[in-house]
Amino acid sequence: MAGKPKLYYFDGRGKMESIRWLLAAAGVEFEEEFLETQEQYEKLLQGGSLMFQQVPMVEIDGMKMVQTRAILNYIAAKYNLYGKDLKERALIDMCVGGTDDLMGFILMFPFLSAEDKEKQRAVIVQKATSRYFPAYEKVLKDHGQDFLVGNNFSWADVHLLEAILMVEEKKSDVLSGFPQLQAFKARISSIPTIKKFLEPGSQRKPVPDDKYVETVRRVLRMYYDIKAN
Amino acid sequence: MSGKPRLTYFNGRGRMEPVRWLLAAAGVEFEEIFLETREQYEKLIKDGVLMFQQVPLVEIDGMKMVQTRAILSYIAGKYNLYGKDLKERALIDMYVEGIADLMQMILVFPFSPPEAKEKNLDSIKERATNRYFPVFEKVLKQHGQDFLVGNKFSWADVQLTEAILAVEEKIPAVLSGFPQLQAFKVRMSNMPTIKKFLQPGSPRKPPPDERYVETVLKVLKI
Repeated sequence: MAGKPKLYYFDGRGKMESIRWLLAAAGVEFEEEFLETQEQYEKLLQGGSLMFQQVPMVEIDGMKMVQTRAILNYIAAKYNLYGKDLKERALIDMCVGGTDDLMGFILMFPFLSAEDKEKQRAVIVQKATSRYFPAYEKVLKDHGQDFLVGNNFSWADVHLLEAILMVEEKKSDVLSGFPQLQAFKARISSIPTIKKFLEPGSQRKPVPDDKYVETVRRVLRMYYDIKAN
Repeated sequence: MSGKPRLTYFNGRGRMEPVRWLLAAAGVEFEEIFLETREQYEKLIKDGVLMFQQVPLVEIDGMKMVQTRAILSYIAGKYNLYGKDLKERALIDMYVEGIADLMQMILVFPFSPPEAKEKNLDSIKERATNRYFPVFEKVLKQHGQDFLVGNKFSWADVQLTEAILAVEEKIPAVLSGFPQLQAFKVRMSNMPTIKKFLQPGSPRKPPPDERYVETVLKVLKI
């Protein structure tokens, strides 16, 4: 047994990407098995590895973990990225809840029709600039510290950086009204483990393309007719 | 200030109901403010108390908490309903997240158009009986203990009980293939704090009706 966590998912971002970010930020090496065929997926199902018949699935510390949030919570706690007490954990949970909702608008984006994509792009930018980014801008402005919670690097910082970069891919100047977030982005990007993850050749996945969408649809036999939210 | 947690939400289940269940199960008394008008909601936003301009909001221990999961995790942690170590917490998290996916289907059901309701009901039945209930039936059968995780009452037990009752309201015979869950339901319902919560006059909210849907749509301007 390798001892490294092993990730089971498609060769693309989807729901697994936040997990890749967090493991990388914690400096934890991991292996990946990419689902490419229905047969692979059926084999996982029949082997009883997928508690609710779904991926992401992460083999870690003898467990076959499913449910993205459960996996992220476990990794954050194990690698001391979850605050020092219950209250800091509460703040981190609130922060990641927001970035999770924001990234949720982007998750289904590749599966939309071309027309719906344009509408959704506008929704993503509107939500980011009027609801989510202002909240984090204020947190950073109010305490003036380098990190979102407890003056210490945490899961909340990793998740926010991931969200910022994803929204920027949809609108490159989206941070223009948010000086705190601009500085935050530069600071967190230069943390050694994150810097490494942002370099070519890391396990970070690119923006989902048609091939990714086609693979997910083929393997899961789902998501053929997605409407914007 | 009373020191009791204070919940701000609509006068109905929605995303706040799991919070009511968990506080009640922990034996914690709480106060509630019900959103009835757009003006109330706009005032909350203007006052800056909603981090992402959304409810649920729970004022607890000096914090204005939003994001349902964050709130539930905090309560579970504070009242020792979150397992004894990281691995038990991982199991509890997996279970509550799975149940939350099922509850999400029930959450949005009242807001779906009439022509979609029958199909959505079939989906709820299919998922409950083929994806979610079998998992917990198996967990209980395999360890033979009274509670889902660590032989001790936890958030997972509360969440599963809530889900079972919510699905049964839609599909009364849904537990017919699940003897372990039937026994589990009886056991949980008889725990003193839960028993009290299930009695008339408790803060438990009834199934959502048209008036509830109307209020939500009006206040949130959807």
